Amino acid sequence: MEWETVIGLEIHVQLSTQTKIFSGASTAFGAEPNTQACAVDLALPGTLPVFNENALRMAVMFGLAVNAEIGKRSVFERKNYFYPDLPKGYQTTQLAEPIVGPGYIDIETEEGGTRRVRIHHAHLEEDAGKSLHEDFHGMTGIDLNRAGTPLVEIVSEPDMRSAKEAAAYARKIHAIVTTLGICDGNMAEGSMRCDCNVSIRPKGSETLGTRTELKNINSFRFIERAIETEVARQIDLIEDGGRVVQETRLYDPDRNQTRSMRSKEEANDYRYFPCPDLLPVVIDETYIEQIRQTLPELPDARKARFITEYQLSEYDAGVLCADSAQADYYEALVKQTGDAKLAANWVMGELAKNLNQQDLDIRQSPVSATQLAGLLVRIKDETITGKIAKQVFEILWSEGGNADAIIDAKGLKQVTDTGAIEAAVDQVIAQCTPQVEQYLAAEPDKRGKMLGFFMGQVMKLSQGKANPGQVQGLLKTKLDALLPK
Amino acid sequence: MFDLTLTQLADGLERGDFSSQELTQAWLERIQREDAQYNAYITLTPELALQQAAQADAQRAAGQAGRFTGLPIAHKDIFCTIGVKTSCGSKMLDNFIAPYNATLVERFNTAGAVMLGKTNMDEFAMGSSNENSYYGPVRNPWDTTRVPGGSSGGSAAAVAARLAPAATGTDTGGSIRQPAALCGITGLKPTYGRVSRYGMIAYASSLDQAGPMTRTAADAALMLQVMAGHDPRDSTSAEVAVPDYTAQLDLPLKGLRIGLPDEYFSSSLDSQIAAQIQQALRQFEALGATCKPIRLANTARCIPAYYIIAPAEASSNLSRFDGVRYGYRCEEPKDLMDLYTRSRGEGFGREVKRRIMIGTYALSAGYYDAYYRKAQQIRRLIQQDFVEALKEVDVIMGPVTPHTAFAIGEKNNDPVAMYMEDIFTLSLNLAGLPGMSIPCGQVAGLPVGLQIIGNYFAEDKLLNIAHQFQQATDWHTQSPVKL
Repeated sequence: MEWETVIGLEIHVQLSTQTKIFSGASTAFGAEPNTQACAVDLALPGTLPVFNENALRMAVMFGLAVNAEIGKRSVFERKNYFYPDLPKGYQTTQLAEPIVGPGYIDIETEEGGTRRVRIHHAHLEEDAGKSLHEDFHGMTGIDLNRAGTPLVEIVSEPDMRSAKEAAAYARKIHAIVTTLGICDGNMAEGSMRCDCNVSIRPKGSETLGTRTELKNINSFRFIERAIETEVARQIDLIEDGGRVVQETRLYDPDRNQTRSMRSKEEANDYRYFPCPDLLPVVIDETYIEQIRQTLPELPDARKARFITEYQLSEYDAGVLCADSAQADYYEALVKQTGDAKLAANWVMGELAKNLNQQDLDIRQSPVSATQLAGLLVRIKDETITGKIAKQVFEILWSEGGNADAIIDAKGLKQVTDTGAIEAAVDQVIAQCTPQVEQYLAAEPDKRGKMLGFFMGQVMKLSQGKANPGQVQGLLKTKLDALLPK
Repeated sequence: MFDLTLTQLADGLERGDFSSQELTQAWLERIQREDAQYNAYITLTPELALQQAAQADAQRAAGQAGRFTGLPIAHKDIFCTIGVKTSCGSKMLDNFIAPYNATLVERFNTAGAVMLGKTNMDEFAMGSSNENSYYGPVRNPWDTTRVPGGSSGGSAAAVAARLAPAATGTDTGGSIRQPAALCGITGLKPTYGRVSRYGMIAYASSLDQAGPMTRTAADAALMLQVMAGHDPRDSTSAEVAVPDYTAQLDLPLKGLRIGLPDEYFSSSLDSQIAAQIQQALRQFEALGATCKPIRLANTARCIPAYYIIAPAEASSNLSRFDGVRYGYRCEEPKDLMDLYTRSRGEGFGREVKRRIMIGTYALSAGYYDAYYRKAQQIRRLIQQDFVEALKEVDVIMGPVTPHTAFAIGEKNNDPVAMYMEDIFTLSLNLAGLPGMSIPCGQVAGLPVGLQIIGNYFAEDKLLNIAHQFQQATDWHTQSPVKL
């Protein structure tokens, strides 16, 4: 039987407010445990929440960016359950009246088309702390630094039909929130985490199959792999006569498998009710309009502009705009080099390759846009060749510094001195008699191709520094001069 | 000195009749000598008190004293006080030293007040008799075999027995007014949002409100002046200007329209109490007021509505007491579930557990609409009743309690009978309105309270009315103790 995969995503985005959603404590990542948790975050008796208006503003920005209705009135509710890293014994969240109502985004599909993914709603809530299971001699430590960090939880409709689409959707959300500047986008630090609801059904069926929820996935690659793995498991299960149980599962990237965490029966009754410590959040059209005016250029608009302004292909523009930091990097490069094509090749080529190899985000790139621009202008003014440029880039990447200094220090400047090049050409022609003879004997239209061999030899002799244009011209002149008249 | 009101003590300090240190020392000694028979205090803070008193005297010497500088008061043990045990009457918090001050405490400190100690209360403010305290019941100074009322029973008994010139209390369903009535003192529950709840350990957040417990209305005005005002740390505190409460005490009552709800003078009211209330109303008429009957049709529904909403909020508010970060933790927990169940099972008392269970049930999937949502609907109806009534009258008057103080142990095993004692007080919390209890008579040697209910933020009016009554009567000067 042919199966169709149905996927809905719940994405938790940490908002990059300076302070927490309901307290004045800092949200900075990586501090010593419990040093960024104030009386409110620790849920000391008598403490009360005060809503951070910045979190509201960011949530509204997101809503506007995904074409959503904005809740003029939103209500915080308490989701009650006991967990050691949940200090109040409830999470303050939104349920019946969220800040962001129905919206949508469009994603590119593998077939090259677009698919509209509807967003059911997005709501504001607070993050929990962390349980630390190491270093406590069999006990559990609690770090409440993260407790109270503002989150927007974005709940999609089950509109995605493949693991790749799910990853594309997540990437698009990532691009939007980073472009808006409401999230630092750092997935390794948990700034964006994803729960995937996955089910399968016979192709053509309209009813949804029983779904499982894959919890807390924090990379695009893992979203894709986790869903693929889970879909394969569900298909095997059903084809072997079994049935899918509604449950929460955990993806283990080391073993590339999902395993059950808890079944629906074990699920909590969260006893939601409106939080009596917080007033309903009421906003008006003016407030929303003011925020709309401040919205930056969004990824889709930016992509369209890249295509027209920089004459990039649809594909290249899409890749560059998938991450706002990457698009920013690219634009900085264009501005400093004046060469959109060269900049695109380098960002998507050498830079992307190195970043991928070391699993780095462009924000963590050891080579800044200015450093790379310094290198690219030397390619453009023919100080160095493209090949040498790659060497310089490797040095920039591993040792830092600037391109000019490296070129000088290592003597990598392109040789344009005609005398030196001529000497090298003469040497090659003298040393490669058999190839010269073949060249002279060849049909005129084949000779062009054969010139490549001599080019390689001369470049090798000049350690890549000879100006390739000059070399080619000289080779041709000198070889053709040997042809019988 | 112990028979002087807070206002008279303020005058005495201003005149230099005594210093704050002398005053404080004398009150501390009296508490240490006398409190064993009442159990009004959980914690005495003599060192802190004398230190604050010395500071107050220095301030006065420097010419920087305000009206409240150097006045000793007691705080209900529900308010967080830096460096001092804040138990909320519970074993759960017997070891809890608050690392911060409640806004209310901070405001009193800033005003120059001296804290004598922390008063006894029903555990987590749940109770109408003060029998639910981990620290033992408080005894009514008028008859020590009887309850002082609750949950602010310690504060009421302390003020009545002259163990504090005034005290703070909190009122979620009558917890200021009912003990004030049973102990023969003056108690004011302000409008919801008038006084910050920050640092006041939550029982039912949408109902909790702090207020003064004093001997006179003038004293209550002095206290409320310090307590009232917006607090940016409490989103539910009101941004409404605070009037000068003392300045309006002497306004005449001529033309005052008093509404008398039929439902408050029904058969559940003790006839002797009814007679005392009627006598008080005649007094108001003599002062120029007129009385007319009104309807508060949903009065009887306040008890079921309250006992859904308050426990529902409490079940969530008290989840933080889990043995993980502070407070009571059971011995050698085997695992997480064991830590939770034993810490909470051993740390909470019977009534607290009962309300957590009621509230958890009321919020459960499938019951929410039938209980919690329905209770909220009733709450709105009750509120509308008051809003309508207060269009026709300036204030509403009636009894505070259906009976005078009952015997310790009498209703302890009948929670519903105990809940019924709150029938005249719960509605106000559901509506968020201000209400006062002032002494207006006695039955068999036990005090009777008159309840005065006003419109939102009409505390100044209530204090004015109560003060005028107290100028014309002497019930508020009756003392259960010989000095």
